[in-house]
Amino acid sequence: MAHIKVPEGLPGITGLLAFRPETAEPMRALSEFLLRGPNSLSSAEREIIATYTSSQNGCYFCQMGHGAAAAHHLGGNLELIDQVKQDFQSAPISNKLKALLAIAGQVQKSGKHVTSEDIERARQAGATDLEIHDTVLIAAAFCMYNRYVDGLGTSAPRDPELYLAMGKRLAEQGYVNSGISTSVEAAD
Amino acid sequence: MAHIDLPTGLAGPRGPMTLRPETAGPLSELAEVLLRGPSTLTKAERELIGTYVSSENDCRYCQTIHGAVAAHYLGGDEELVRSVKRDFLRSEVSAKLKALLTIAGKVQQSGKSVTAEDVERARDQGATDLEIHDTVLIAANFCMMNRYVDGLAAWTPDDPDFYRERAAKLAEQGYIGSVAR
Repeated sequence: MAHIKVPEGLPGITGLLAFRPETAEPMRALSEFLLRGPNSLSSAEREIIATYTSSQNGCYFCQMGHGAAAAHHLGGNLELIDQVKQDFQSAPISNKLKALLAIAGQVQKSGKHVTSEDIERARQAGATDLEIHDTVLIAAAFCMYNRYVDGLGTSAPRDPELYLAMGKRLAEQGYVNSGISTSVEAAD
Repeated sequence: MAHIDLPTGLAGPRGPMTLRPETAGPLSELAEVLLRGPSTLTKAERELIGTYVSSENDCRYCQTIHGAVAAHYLGGDEELVRSVKRDFLRSEVSAKLKALLTIAGKVQQSGKSVTAEDVERARDQGATDLEIHDTVLIAANFCMMNRYVDGLAAWTPDDPDFYRERAAKLAEQGYIGSVAR
């Protein structure tokens, strides 16, 4: 049971977004741009950064939902997502994404953990300043979302099918317009 | 020096936010609702929560600017802000704010650290569900902004007067559009 009285039937962040529409709006807009806006990083890469950060924070709801969204962008490749969460250095992803995930992992611990060597390594793997900026902000944003979801003790269903459906909806319809986070009508 | 090429002369998140206006919009709107929107918590109380979390995250820019904004709302009481950062349980703030700061401190460590007892204690001191919600989200929001600023090694001025002047402007004009002025 959540620490506060949120609308029933809305797990994870969805109940909180319905509880407080004034803060939900900018939070949805932030996710939409960071994860689905025009970018030289693919939506799959950005969802992977979000999933990895959420996994490091131990946030079940976020890592399952965004992991499913990433997998949907990748034609359903959930195995890759599991590999990234377990050990991204040995996962079959680009060197650039590995270097960006290393930065995201530092941000998850603390902003101060990011070193100029981390940045240099990402640049050598081809990352641009804007890609580094977006990686830091995606990781930072998920340090917010994860704390929001877990700090209020929201429920996280264990049925993997639910997350696959959520991931598909997020990947296809996004964070602003998908039923998932707009209102109590999302309870299905 | 910042980790990436940022516009010069802009302190804290203003550099990265100028680089990326698409995300600056929602970030500013979120700060505005949380810290200055209609609420049963005063603006000073909400800025103190932001300051305390930033202090726990050791983010010098954020704790100094938001501490200065809180002090501005409190008629210039910088000592109260310092006492909250040092040991809020012994500071001159209400029992309710102490209970909310305890929750914020847990959120800073991890969302999972918040217990039903922490929440119950805040309720016993009169905190509403909305106040508890906003406290958790303010703390979480600062865990984002602190990482944004320090993760990019954004410019952090040393001069305390810089923060006092900037704080007066933020307190008067708010966060929306603040990146450009």
